[in-house]
This record gives sequence, structure tokens and C-alpha cells, in this order.
Amino acid sequence: MSDREPAQMRPSLALLRKDLLLERRAPEAVPAMLLFSVTTFVLFHFGLGRDTLSGQLAAGVLTVTILFAAILGINRLFVSEQEEGGFDGLLLAPIDRTALFVAKAAALFLFLALVEVVTVAAFALLLLGPSPWPALPGLILILALLNGALAVVGTLVSALAIRTRARDLIVPIVALPLLVPALIAAARGAGPLLAAAGAGSIPTKWLAILALYDLVFGLLAYAVFDFLLED
Amino acid sequence: MDATPAIELRGLARRYGERWALDDVTVDVPAGATLVVFGPNGAGKSTLLRVLATLLRPHAGEAQVLGSRLPERAWEVRGRVGLLAHEALLYRDLSARENLRFHARLHRVAQARVEELLERMQLAGRADDPVRTLSKGLLQRVAVCRAVLHDPPLLLLDEPRANLDPAAAALIEPLVGRASGRTRVVTSHDPAGGLAEADFALGLRDGRVALSAPADQVDHATVEELYR
Repeated sequence: MSDREPAQMRPSLALLRKDLLLERRAPEAVPAMLLFSVTTFVLFHFGLGRDTLSGQLAAGVLTVTILFAAILGINRLFVSEQEEGGFDGLLLAPIDRTALFVAKAAALFLFLALVEVVTVAAFALLLLGPSPWPALPGLILILALLNGALAVVGTLVSALAIRTRARDLIVPIVALPLLVPALIAAARGAGPLLAAAGAGSIPTKWLAILALYDLVFGLLAYAVFDFLLED
Repeated sequence: MDATPAIELRGLARRYGERWALDDVTVDVPAGATLVVFGPNGAGKSTLLRVLATLLRPHAGEAQVLGSRLPERAWEVRGRVGLLAHEALLYRDLSARENLRFHARLHRVAQARVEELLERMQLAGRADDPVRTLSKGLLQRVAVCRAVLHDPPLLLLDEPRANLDPAAAALIEPLVGRASGRTRVVTSHDPAGGLAEADFALGLRDGRVALSAPADQVDHATVEELYR
């Protein structure tokens, strides 16, 4: 590791590198999220009885599918730490515990981004009416901000749930209500971009709301994460 | 052995829900000394180690470890203890080398130390296999490497020779045995072996102290009585 890296970043980078290595070595979260997303689009395709979607309906289907897929990744986020007492190994290290938060949120963000590369393509092929290309820059921006929200809240909730027996229940029950504002902002922001008449301009109001959500929950999570790991 | 206590516990208590896993435990361990903790399953031995490791907060009493009061100054203790628990505290899908390199980064230990320990534990031949493929004995040797990687002054060892054959037990001795010169708290179910390596003996029964004495004043029968 380079000596030029800030000292406080080193544990986060080591933790992130470890999570990426584990996902590459034994893929779990990314394939599960991918399979879920594509299957959901197929179900929508037949369930709605429509070959194409556009506008707000298309944006809603896309963002809700990503949200539910993210729940799968959030559920798995700390599983490698729970097995064989890995959590204890981390807690014994002389590192700021927020380094763990930063690394886990970054890992989840990257996993989601990877999933969305395939998911958006599958969505465009299976359901989307208008051409996706004009909407792509705006969509990337909105999905990046949505990923930020999912990563921050997801890491917080996953850390909260991991030591409970009902982890699989707690994650969706706690995370989904917290993520409602982010979902609304992302869906409303993406709606005009996917309009049947062609991509409209990026709705800055919803982008700002989404960015503010990321900032507020990011700071909140950073502040309370240490306490979540306390016995 | 230094007369300065590395561990000072006064009336330490810890509960899980309504059940007291440790109750009114008082003991001093001088720096460089070995405290061996005896007691039947569920007596509170592992809980005591986890409190000393700062993984559990005491619910009553006072605890001072390596000069730092717990839980207020737990952050000063982390990184200065080596814990060998029943679980290996390793990632199953990473190799021994990857696990140790990861922990070396967290503890800011040179990567050369990883290679040195792998050689000393005769693990070099299996160092790149995922640890989930290792036998329990080999896994325990990797766990020993992890516990001593950062050269901690205090070792907390939960039945450290479990799963080890005599040759492997001899192999870990310089790192976690008396010869390591570190302060050690060791749990054991073996009265003869435990007393042989102890400076002080602590016996727990239902979380309470049933025996506390210098090891040379304790005989096997007294320890065996704890298990009846």
C-alpha cells in the first residue's frame, strides 16, 4: 500500500479490498442481485401485459426493482464478518470503526453499480419503450445518487441487523421505510428522462433532494455507526 | 515477571439477559505472568476472555487491562491484545496468507512478518489454500499466527491446544506458550497441563470465583473438584 495514502484511509482500503476479493472469490451478493433484477423485469413484462414502458411507470419499475435487489445485497453485507468470528477480528484491530462503515458502504455502492450495468441494459431490452441512449447521462447521475442512499442506509441497517437472529426480517422492515424518500426522488427524477416523447431535461429539484438525502444520512450513519458495533 | 499488574479486576460482573455469566470476579495478573482459568462448560471462562479483549462491556465492577480502564478506554487496549478464541476469526474463503496480510494491514504490521509466521508455523505449503479447506489443526495454527501477528503484550487464549497434535502444540509454544514472555490468560480443562504452565490459577463455577490462588499452592484434586 502506498505511503501517500492518508493514514485514516488505509484500514478502509484494506477492508474494501478484502470485500471485493471475497466477492470475486465466492460470488454471492452480485449474482443474487442480478438474477433477482432480471427475473423481476421478466415478471413485470408478463404481469403488466405490456411490451414497453415509458415515463413515470418505467422509472418506478426500474428504481423499485433496484431497491428490492439491493435488499439482497444489504442482507449479505456483513455475513463474511459473522462467520468464524471475523467481526471480533475487526473489532480487536486498532482502527477507527467508521473505517468499516466507509469500506462496507463503498463495497455496496460498487456492487450496485456493477449490477446496474447489466440491469439497465436488461431493462432497456425487456421493457423500456424509448431509446435509453439520450437518457443515459441523467440516469447514471440519478442511479449514482440512489446507490449512495442505498449504500449508506444499507450499511447502517445491515450492521444493526447482523447480530440479531431475525436479520433477514429486520433488514427490509427497517431499510425500506428509511429509503422511501430516496426512492421517490430517484423515481421522480428518472421519470422525465424515460418519457415516450424522448428524454427531457434532468429534474434538478429531485436530484437536489436525493443529494441532500445522501448527505444527511451519510453524516448520520458516520456519527452513529460506532455505537451500533458496541456490545 | 513484573510486579506491575497487567490485569486488575475488582468485582467484575457481566450478564447475558437475566443470567449472570460472570459475577464478582476479582483477580490480579502481574505483567509477564500466566493466569490459567479452569471451570466446567458455561462457567464464564470465554466471557472473561471476551471482556478482557474489550469485545464485551463489564456490567459491574472495575476492570483495568494494560493500564487502561474498561470500557472507557477500551480503544487503548485494542491492538495490544492477541485473542485466540474458539472461532478462528478468519475469512473462510480467503487463504491463510490473504487473511494474515489483511490483518497485518489493519494492525500496520510489515508484510514480512506474515511470511515469517507462516514459515515458523510450517504453513507455507498450504498458505494459498482457502482456510475453509484446512483441517482444524492447521486452522488453529493460522489462528495463532493471527493472534500474535502484531506482537501483543497480552495474550488471551481459549484452550489454545485444542485440535492440535503434540507436534503442532510444540510448534505454537514459542509464540503463545510461557516462553513467549507475554502476559497470558489461558482457559483450560486439563488440571495437570494447566497448572504446569500457570503462575496463578482461577477457578470459575457458574460465573463466580470458586478458586483463586498461586498455581504452586493448588493441587490437581482441587481443580478437578471444580468439574464435579
